[in-house]
Amino acid sequence: MAPPEGGKAHGTTGAGVAPIEAVNDFVIKFANVNGSGSASANELFAKAILRMGVPVSPRNIFPSNIQGLPTWYEVRVTEEGHLGRRGGTDMMVAMNPQTWDADLAELEPGGYLFYDSTRPLPPSKFRDDIRVIGMPLTEICNAVYQDPRQRQLFKNIVYVGALAILLGIEPEVVEKLFGEQYKGKEKLLASNVQALHLGCDFARENLEPLGLRVRRADRVGDRIFVDGNSAAALGCVYGGATVAAWYPITPSSSVAEAFQKYCTKFRVDPATGQQRFAIVQAEDELASIGMVVGAGWNGARAFTATSGPGISLMAEFIGLAYFAEIPVTIIDVQRGGPSTGMPTRTQQADILACAYASHGDTKHVLLFPEDPHECFEHAAAALDLADRLQTPVFLMTDLDIGMNQRLCAPFTWDDSKAYDRGKVMSAEELEAGRDFGRYKDVDGDGIPWRTLPGTHPSKGSYFTRGTTRDAYARYSERGPDYIYNMERLLKKFATAATLVPQPVLRPAAGKTELGVIYFGSTSPSMHEALQALEARGIHLDALRLRAFPFPDSVVQFLAQHRQVFVVEQNRDAQMRSLLVNELDIDPARLVRVLHFDGTPITARFIVQAISAHVRKTQAAGAAGTKEAA
Amino acid sequence: MTYLAKPRLHHPTLATNKVGYTRRDYEGKISTLCAGCGHDSISAAIIEACWELDIEPHRVAKLSGIGCSSKTPDYFLGASHGFNTVHGRMPSVLTGANLANRDLLYLGVSGDGDSASIGLGQFAHAMRRGVRMAYIVENNGVYGLTKGQFSATADQGSKSKKGLVNSDSPVDLVAMALQLGASYVGRGFSGNKAQLVPLIKGAISHGGAAFIDVISPCVAFNNHPGSTKSYDYVREHNEAVSRIDFISGREEITVDMGPGEVVDVRQHDGTLLRLRSLHPDYNPGDRYAAMAYMQRHQERGEVVTGLLYVDPLATDLHTALNTCDRPLNALGPAELCPGAEALARLNASLR
Repeated sequence: MAPPEGGKAHGTTGAGVAPIEAVNDFVIKFANVNGSGSASANELFAKAILRMGVPVSPRNIFPSNIQGLPTWYEVRVTEEGHLGRRGGTDMMVAMNPQTWDADLAELEPGGYLFYDSTRPLPPSKFRDDIRVIGMPLTEICNAVYQDPRQRQLFKNIVYVGALAILLGIEPEVVEKLFGEQYKGKEKLLASNVQALHLGCDFARENLEPLGLRVRRADRVGDRIFVDGNSAAALGCVYGGATVAAWYPITPSSSVAEAFQKYCTKFRVDPATGQQRFAIVQAEDELASIGMVVGAGWNGARAFTATSGPGISLMAEFIGLAYFAEIPVTIIDVQRGGPSTGMPTRTQQADILACAYASHGDTKHVLLFPEDPHECFEHAAAALDLADRLQTPVFLMTDLDIGMNQRLCAPFTWDDSKAYDRGKVMSAEELEAGRDFGRYKDVDGDGIPWRTLPGTHPSKGSYFTRGTTRDAYARYSERGPDYIYNMERLLKKFATAATLVPQPVLRPAAGKTELGVIYFGSTSPSMHEALQALEARGIHLDALRLRAFPFPDSVVQFLAQHRQVFVVEQNRDAQMRSLLVNELDIDPARLVRVLHFDGTPITARFIVQAISAHVRKTQAAGAAGTKEAA
Repeated sequence: MTYLAKPRLHHPTLATNKVGYTRRDYEGKISTLCAGCGHDSISAAIIEACWELDIEPHRVAKLSGIGCSSKTPDYFLGASHGFNTVHGRMPSVLTGANLANRDLLYLGVSGDGDSASIGLGQFAHAMRRGVRMAYIVENNGVYGLTKGQFSATADQGSKSKKGLVNSDSPVDLVAMALQLGASYVGRGFSGNKAQLVPLIKGAISHGGAAFIDVISPCVAFNNHPGSTKSYDYVREHNEAVSRIDFISGREEITVDMGPGEVVDVRQHDGTLLRLRSLHPDYNPGDRYAAMAYMQRHQERGEVVTGLLYVDPLATDLHTALNTCDRPLNALGPAELCPGAEALARLNASLR
């Protein structure tokens, strides 16, 4: 197809800047309008590259809005397998006139701009250090499709077709993906393939290849491509959660929705059609955690999923569950705070709010998965830990892991695994005359035995309450009874440190006095940064925290290093505070590396922050001065 | 809250019910409420109702919020598990407990502060969700634990003990329960045990969300002239729409009655509610008529009591969710975990 009149592709890079040349290593960003149907096309684009054996790391970037406003999808193509966000954009697919200027400004010099050239734009709307590729998408679609919605939707598929040709993505791979997506829906399949070819044909006939190329590789392996919220929900299914109560909140809502989907798939009795699960969309976060507390008290595995504002509302119940010792699992998909903050942006800023949720002296178990694989594993582990410890357990994910598809190790499950239901005394044990004191530490690990309602006609019943009690659950305001319980809860917390997922150590190539602590979604950027720092001669032993309470290995790691960077995505260095507070460590030895603008932390940022600090320290050392952290 | 258990001395001739328990087996600890508190009469009515229904005490889960009323579950059914939750949030905890094990009977005890103020939302949503339970509000129009502040059910114009006049409109929990879809709605008076016991029996046996508002005078802070929740006021203004007998489905029905006065309501489990309508035109099967009737009388300052509305075929949240017959808390990995093979297929679909 020839370019229609007025749709002439714009020119080449000027001002002596060479176009970016890269194979399997670039960042392409799609600027779209919310509601235009671009999400599935963009995901298709990312998956096609993945199918060619080249790792990708895509991210949804969306302001808190509904239809008609801007949204972006960024794909990092990375043969090296760096799954963190890189920063900078090599190619912009600019489909949103509203954000044109900002999108254009974001391009790296020598980068590429792809746009809908149906309506001509004056030269002033372009930069002279980028290469511009115009394609009359609207005109092409208007010529082929009559239905207004089809004209809109297929525009996205047409540009995927054109990009495939421009970047060297095999159209057959995209067609195969369509085949899987529209299995049994032949009409949809045919129309999508048609749109794809419209794009391919136009690009072949009218556009020149770019300096950016995708080339087949074999770097994906058996990894899967999935978002953390779905993975956490699946972990809850495998971990045996039967009751879920939730209240919609970004970015956690898709956890409950995925749980519903998987339960419908796996937990409906084929003979009766009855469900082996109960999901309630509650009236608010107070009710959702209340239901989880009630279900946990009554012996079902139960969870809720929420975000920071939900945690605030749940705090009173979390304190009750802590003190009354009731298993509760809470998935906190963190977003930008405080208050409403940045609801659709990512942060790791609920650490202290969750670690010490509620009034009085409380401490809670937190798990920090690094990717969807660990979201799955840790969700199942959280249900076990909550039952074992009879306490709230938080799965601390964030928007970056939760709502973005991430390449990760496949899920695994050992069928011989039994659920750890913890210390639940049966009717037989009660009948056999075992002493039952609901809050009595009979095993020396701080964890008491419990009974479930309805267990025995005359033995084992007790009254659960948030007020203080003695070891036999009898109401008591006696100081020694209170202290017994509070100290036993601390002992239980120490037991928790031995049961939670242990930290992962990545030693530096050589001996070093410098360490770095990181956790959660920071992981891929940190791994990339460690390589880059190593290349600059900065060697760091790295410890990835996977849980609070901190196991002994964290204490040892801190003792072995003169200075330890703590990398986190919040303003107030919350993990550093937790380390200082819980381990009684000299704050001067812990150096803050903080990123909190709402975007995922990048390797570039970490490298810059750490190397600047190291240079400063070295300079100060050379000058004979003492450096303070 | 007391830690004193009642002495376990049984009179040898105490009658036992069909499951072999005496009334004493349905008691709890010694009450620490003020002498004459209406709440203690309600506890006694619950004990009587459970004994008469032949319920095994340990098959009841009793949950409450915070407040004088919410302390009472400690004073009955000592062999049951109890849960004194947080202020106003009993309904959600009970909902979760009910989802976990549908085989137990759920008794929710709350107060007017607990349910009509801080917990109004949770009350409303538990009713509209149809959680199977007997939800009893011990309503005295006043905050007793914090010494005499008005609650949201205090009538406009009624006086506090200190002489303050309440300027706010009252929340009528019965009207709300009717409007929200509760399928068994009644109002009782703690001073009328003969009416209250069958009302509670009917609620416990009901198949959906059963709500009973019990006017329960607070002798310490709200039993004075000027209060509309005092013993004297309620006795003088009680307008009973029905007298109710509760008849177990297993028994032959031999209640004396005159034609035209009695409505028999057979519930889903076979039990029978025999309503003696004290007003020939009152129909307890009409939700909207009940609302209008009650509000008309309320305008005259009358307290309508009795079983106001019942849908005998009501179902509950488990029916709506189509949950399996076995309690969810009894399911193990075999029923819950899809297994490694299914996971391998899932992995394959994610590549």
